[in-house]
Amino acid sequence: MIKIENLSKEFEGHQVLKGLNLRIEKGETLVVMGRSGCGKSVLLKLIIGLIPPDEGQIWVDGSEITKLNEKQMGAVRRKFGMVFQSAALFDSLTVAENVGFSLSRHTYMSRNEITHIVSEKLELVGLGGTEELMPSELSGGMKKRVSVARAISMNPEIVLYDEPTTGLDPVTSGEINFLIAELYRSLKVTSVVVTHDLKSAFTIATRMAMLHEGKMVAIDTPDEFRKNTEPVIKQFLLNM
Amino acid sequence: MLTSAAFIAIFTGPYELKPLSKQFYHIGVKALPVVLITGTVVGFVSAIQAFYQLKAMSAQGMIGGFVTASVVKELAPMLTAFVTAARVGTGISAELGTMKVTEQIDALRAMATDPVKYLVVPRLIACAIMLPVLIVFADVSGILGGYFMSIYLGMTGSFFMEEAVKFLLPGDVIAGLIKGMTFGTIIALVGCHKGLTALGGAEGVGRATASSAVNSFILIIIADFFLNYGIYAVLGL
Repeated sequence: MIKIENLSKEFEGHQVLKGLNLRIEKGETLVVMGRSGCGKSVLLKLIIGLIPPDEGQIWVDGSEITKLNEKQMGAVRRKFGMVFQSAALFDSLTVAENVGFSLSRHTYMSRNEITHIVSEKLELVGLGGTEELMPSELSGGMKKRVSVARAISMNPEIVLYDEPTTGLDPVTSGEINFLIAELYRSLKVTSVVVTHDLKSAFTIATRMAMLHEGKMVAIDTPDEFRKNTEPVIKQFLLNM
Repeated sequence: MLTSAAFIAIFTGPYELKPLSKQFYHIGVKALPVVLITGTVVGFVSAIQAFYQLKAMSAQGMIGGFVTASVVKELAPMLTAFVTAARVGTGISAELGTMKVTEQIDALRAMATDPVKYLVVPRLIACAIMLPVLIVFADVSGILGGYFMSIYLGMTGSFFMEEAVKFLLPGDVIAGLIKGMTFGTIIALVGCHKGLTALGGAEGVGRATASSAVNSFILIIIADFFLNYGIYAVLGL
């Protein structure tokens, strides 16, 4: 579904990704782990075309997106939903307007149909009845859940999660993990989750990858990943 | 790049009507009280200055013409532009800067929405159209301010108005509208550019906001020079 070859990205002399290769299969939940600042979020932004790579290619459903301009990328981006690290809800819009943003812009649905889908998605993330609230009236966990509802509003084929549980208390983190796992089970969407939260990673992953010094040092199932003898992974897992 | 992208988007559409109407209200209607107050006080000050300087030449009868010419030709367009740059331009920078550093601009792009069409174009159109309208209100309030101050200083109101009408040339009003559109475009583009290129957290947004005000003021003054030269020296309005 997504194929990445020889991907490199540098920021102000700091090489973040160095010839990274990765394949993401349809319907899987791939969790990418690594230390803070190792380039996990950069990888997600490269996949959805928010930043261009210095070198390398990315294919989504067989089309190479690194060659596309911003307008052409629009069509590709409609296959994606993205949950940002800071939730990135639009401050000036209500919860319902945030969740229905793409529906009202990219579909010909009536207002009633959009209202119905928005309510359905908010119910799915456990936030039914919050439609008229503003983002400033929500807690951190609620914002993340609204962000998830917004990401899945168009029933995307792929959902990208950037640190979905960072900054949340253990109970809310557990709820978000349950939600991601539920979405995988019920909607069968392909998910790429970037996190350094090991508990979260082992709860939701069907495959796990470790990003270190700009390259993937391991990609495996959670069970095999646990057995991996690579020093970087062993050290990372020690913190569990 | 932002300027060319914004103008291409203006001419190619589709238009974001909801954000556009919101910007018209925010930039035009909500700015009206401060513009009316500024215009009236400018009228007071112009009348006082004109009265005492003309009195020295025993020509205080020309106060109506002096106030009208100075308000309509220069003071109202410039001060309205400064008030708008301080109130609207910095607001645009702060809003877009906050959206940038909290990943809301990335979220827009991730949802296949062009930030230039969604954020910049409505602000640019609203500023370019509403600033000339605000300048007309500033013209009227400035002349009325001058009128009431003249009466207070012992002049007759009807004589002030006679002189004012004599000096109120259509060319000056048109010049004010051209200036308004130009200043509005500058304020919107500078505000949007500074906001969309803000880096870092709150500090970066603060820097972008301050920089937006300073850059707008400088560009407005420079544009005012070229517009005055073009309108009065070249076109001879």
